[in-house]
Amino acid sequence: MTDTGASEAAISVVNLRVSYGEREILHGITFDIPRGETVAILGGSGSGKSTLLRTLVGLEKPTSGEVWIGGVNTANLSERQMDAIRKRMGMSFQGSALFGSMTVGENVALPLREHTDLEDSTIEIMVRIKLGQVGLSAFEDFMPSELSGGMKKRAAVARALAMDPEILFFDEPSAGLDPIIAAGLDELILNLKKAYSLTMVVVTHELASAFLIADRMVYVDRGHIVALGTKEEFLASKHPRVRQFLDRVPEPEVTEELDYLQMLTGDRKNAKS
Amino acid sequence: MKILERVEAIPRAVGALTINSFAYIGGLASLAGQSAYVTFVGPFRGQRFRPQRALDQAMAVGVEAIAIVSLITFFVGLIMALQSAYVLRRLGAMQLVAGTVAVSILRELGPLLTAIVVIGRSGSAFAAEIGTKKVTEEVDALRTMAFDPVAFLVAPKFLAMLVMMPCLTIWADFMGVVGGSVFGVTGAGFTLGSYFQATRDAIVVRDIYTGLIKSVLFGLVITAVGCKEGFSTGAGAEEVGRSTTSAVVTSIALVIVVDLVFTTLFYLINPT
Repeated sequence: MTDTGASEAAISVVNLRVSYGEREILHGITFDIPRGETVAILGGSGSGKSTLLRTLVGLEKPTSGEVWIGGVNTANLSERQMDAIRKRMGMSFQGSALFGSMTVGENVALPLREHTDLEDSTIEIMVRIKLGQVGLSAFEDFMPSELSGGMKKRAAVARALAMDPEILFFDEPSAGLDPIIAAGLDELILNLKKAYSLTMVVVTHELASAFLIADRMVYVDRGHIVALGTKEEFLASKHPRVRQFLDRVPEPEVTEELDYLQMLTGDRKNAKS
Repeated sequence: MKILERVEAIPRAVGALTINSFAYIGGLASLAGQSAYVTFVGPFRGQRFRPQRALDQAMAVGVEAIAIVSLITFFVGLIMALQSAYVLRRLGAMQLVAGTVAVSILRELGPLLTAIVVIGRSGSAFAAEIGTKKVTEEVDALRTMAFDPVAFLVAPKFLAMLVMMPCLTIWADFMGVVGGSVFGVTGAGFTLGSYFQATRDAIVVRDIYTGLIKSVLFGLVITAVGCKEGFSTGAGAEEVGRSTTSAVVTSIALVIVVDLVFTTLFYLINPT
């Protein structure tokens, strides 16, 4: 065990590095997520925030570092050992990832049917409760293809809630939704926060949504954490990248002429040497 | 200098190709191994076994293929009868048509044609199904819900194919012989009864079981390749198309290779 204290931190990430092949995406990230808090992981496109989320749920293996979840270091667990931990987590995917060949109700029932010994009648009741919580009571027998984008996301949340998880992960909950539906999803997350003592990790690039739902912010930029703290601390951050993100300043086209020259000729030089 | 570099590159390319091929075969074997484990060992270690998914697959792979398999093997049986009659007529041995058709269908064409049809219907469907699930993050969703994607998606397909391929092949064999009998009765002076009697006299049990052994192996190859190509799908819709195409092409090539290897093996074990 580390002295990061498994009792208070639901998730504790220590010096995490993740690579796809040769390319390192996360360059040594360290942060804690306290139990029962909602944390927004912010960052621009390609910052590594999705990779961070995928590593937390065990879809990617770190090249080095530690990921402590509920007092267990998951960095070196086998897929089957990881499954024991995954049963205590729920994940809502960006594209909802509902199983297209099953009805919404069957989607929510699936983890219960496979992982528990509950009677079918009990499962049916639980499915209705979960669907009710996300406001989809009447849609149990619909196929995912018959639902709108926002409803699919709600159904995905219901499925993630099925096993009564301790930690809930959201990948871009409001991406691709109109502002009204997106606000509805924010409210759903807030309601879940009130109803359960869930730890929630929300990856997003929607500032307004993040400020509404999160207790803490983690800002990831080019594989590093550049800001970390409460909303107020985050707003007060002096880091130029955070300021740029908060003030919506576009990336300058060319930073330096030498860099530009390097970019134009870089490949050839590398090939020669 | 440049020529030397190019010459040097040849063994390197051959080496890389060899290693990649072995890695690919290894990947296929690993999928089959994991599926065998969850199907035959898992249930004895307290893991749940759901026959329903395998039954659904068996319906799609086997039962729904009966019509097209019947049609194709019926015509090929008829074609085989016509083609062999072309030679046999000159030898004055038209009574051998029944035996020629039966042996070529049972030993070779029945299993092979069935495999080709199943590749087109199911091998491609496996790759497209798993590929789409990969693109829509459903495979990731399975993993985060603590399901093994291989147990969930691949094992039922293997089980269904293992059972349905020999069944389809037996049916294909029968339809091929029926196709041959159409020519036998109309063009070679057989009655329906005497044609089937001649077929029975011409074949031995070995003709049937070597064909069935091959069909089981074809089934394993088709499932493994289809699923592996599905899982290797990258991001985007074009990728699904790519993996479907490569599932079909690779399956056909590997089925022919397996066919050659095992036909040679059967010949060497017992040439008579």
